[in-house]
Amino acid sequence: MGQDPLFLGHISIGVIVIVLVKVLVAFAALMVAVMLMIWFERKLISDMQNRIGPNRAGPWGLLQTLADGIKLFFKEDLIPEKADRFAFKLAPYLVLVPALVAFTIVPVGGVVHIFGHTVQLQVADPPIGILLLLAMSSISVYGIMLAGWSSGSKYPLLGSVRASAQMVSYEAAMGLSVAAVVLITGSLSTRAIVTSQAGAFFHIFPKWNIIRLGVVPFLIFLVAATAELNRPPFDLTEAEQELVGGYVTEYSSIRFALFFLSEFMNAITMSAVIVTLFLGGPDGPNLGGPSFIWPILWFLIKTGALLFFYVWVRAALPRLRYDQLMDLGWKLLIPGALAWLLVVAAMQVSRIYGLVLFVVFAAAGAVLYRAIIIGRETGSESEVITTFRKLPAAEPIRPEGD
Amino acid sequence: MEPTYLLAAIAKPDLITFAAAALMVIGGAFGVIASRNPVHSALSLVLTMFGIAVLFIEQDAQFLAAVQVIVYAGAIVVLFLFVIMLLGVDRQEVFGRESLRAQRPLAAAAGVIALGEVLLLARTTWATGAHAANGPVGNSYDNVQRIAAEVFSTYLLPFEATAVLLVIAVLAAVYLARRVVTTNAEEEDSKMVEGKAVDR
Repeated sequence: MGQDPLFLGHISIGVIVIVLVKVLVAFAALMVAVMLMIWFERKLISDMQNRIGPNRAGPWGLLQTLADGIKLFFKEDLIPEKADRFAFKLAPYLVLVPALVAFTIVPVGGVVHIFGHTVQLQVADPPIGILLLLAMSSISVYGIMLAGWSSGSKYPLLGSVRASAQMVSYEAAMGLSVAAVVLITGSLSTRAIVTSQAGAFFHIFPKWNIIRLGVVPFLIFLVAATAELNRPPFDLTEAEQELVGGYVTEYSSIRFALFFLSEFMNAITMSAVIVTLFLGGPDGPNLGGPSFIWPILWFLIKTGALLFFYVWVRAALPRLRYDQLMDLGWKLLIPGALAWLLVVAAMQVSRIYGLVLFVVFAAAGAVLYRAIIIGRETGSESEVITTFRKLPAAEPIRPEGD
Repeated sequence: MEPTYLLAAIAKPDLITFAAAALMVIGGAFGVIASRNPVHSALSLVLTMFGIAVLFIEQDAQFLAAVQVIVYAGAIVVLFLFVIMLLGVDRQEVFGRESLRAQRPLAAAAGVIALGEVLLLARTTWATGAHAANGPVGNSYDNVQRIAAEVFSTYLLPFEATAVLLVIAVLAAVYLARRVVTTNAEEEDSKMVEGKAVDR
């Protein structure tokens, strides 16, 4: 647990230049990564669906995203008459800026020495570390909420209400699984989280958090992150068949592009954060060559694998219904994450406590599950629940004003 | 601007940060009361929250800053916005006649009293008698440890009491929001489906 070594001594012009260069490189890399990610997703999904996908612009259609971006830039920008102009213009930036800031805490490589300065290969290593991610994802809720509301139309409002309800609910599960990682690391700093995962059990199994914590927090975080990103199978917010385009329906031109830019940027950031939290970050064997190159390569390989997983899930799974989404979040993920957090905490005290607590939770969970089953079979469920069951599902809120 | 002033300003980053954050806080607070549209008021409140978070960071209370953004800006104002949007009160309001008489003079008096109190407290060293949890902050990296040590030892009882209070509040909210169906379950059910329950 230490401070960023760059700021320990006197802060000279050199230090400022290094920070600026880090920011610029991260920004450029993120933009290029988004471009490649969109191409990767389109190409991969067309492979999985037996299509060809983009293949005109550049080799293998690599420049398709660039062409689309340029086209969107020069299109006419429309603002609906009933829109709240200020909020309508503000919303894309409230989504974009958190997406950019969240990436700054990700350690993309090890530590290098440049001109006598020790430089960590990450834009920033703030003391609050991983909490910055949670803060930023709670800010991006505003962007989506305002985008839907300010459009002054029905479907965007429904989409944004869905999105913000979904993001607020899954943030709890996400925070609880992050808490398990923080508990075992003893620090919030992402650099400390990564360094604590170096090394191996029995020289074979890496000491990554996915193994140290059991797989449960990793799975919970993965599902919660997918929901947080509004990616399939949790993309109810833009469910095309129901909501036209969700909160982006009324947007056009570059504002529309900004929403998608930040959506893909968030997908990349989330994958990178999962790699940081659970998969050891840039940790991996050094296979020769300059020593700073392998951590970066390992980081890119792991992040790429997770991105492949996201695309794969999108091609393979159908969209969840709204009540299923809420059931999964509130009834399975949050209690599960909470119970697992307590088990991890008890394990920190002693193995016996942890095992006892684990058995108790497993037994309690089994009893509860059985009780629910019996309750459903005997049909004596409370009348309030019966009423709710009869309500039309998947539409919890009526559009106001019609 | 004189170059010496510029140098002095650069040499005092704390002052610049404070000025910017204070502007955010005051501008946001002014926006809350001046906006005609409730959604814009809520957004101004977010700006104020952000300014306060920046002030926390400037005081090396990094953890409090994060909590400020996550809890206040990220959860509470989002709930405000939810309520505003779903109740459909997101229209411009016209302030004509006041509902409470003598509201304005009373508010002005309360404001003056509060300002006087703050100024009085700021001049003296005593405040509440309790020592600050952080004390002189040397290293912003042990924020969490210090707060945890204080909360779970010195302030354990208030902390637990707050937790109990929150649970009671949640239970009460659930109880109040819940509609109890008493007799004629089937009939009531069908009525509710058509009318009341859907209308919420």
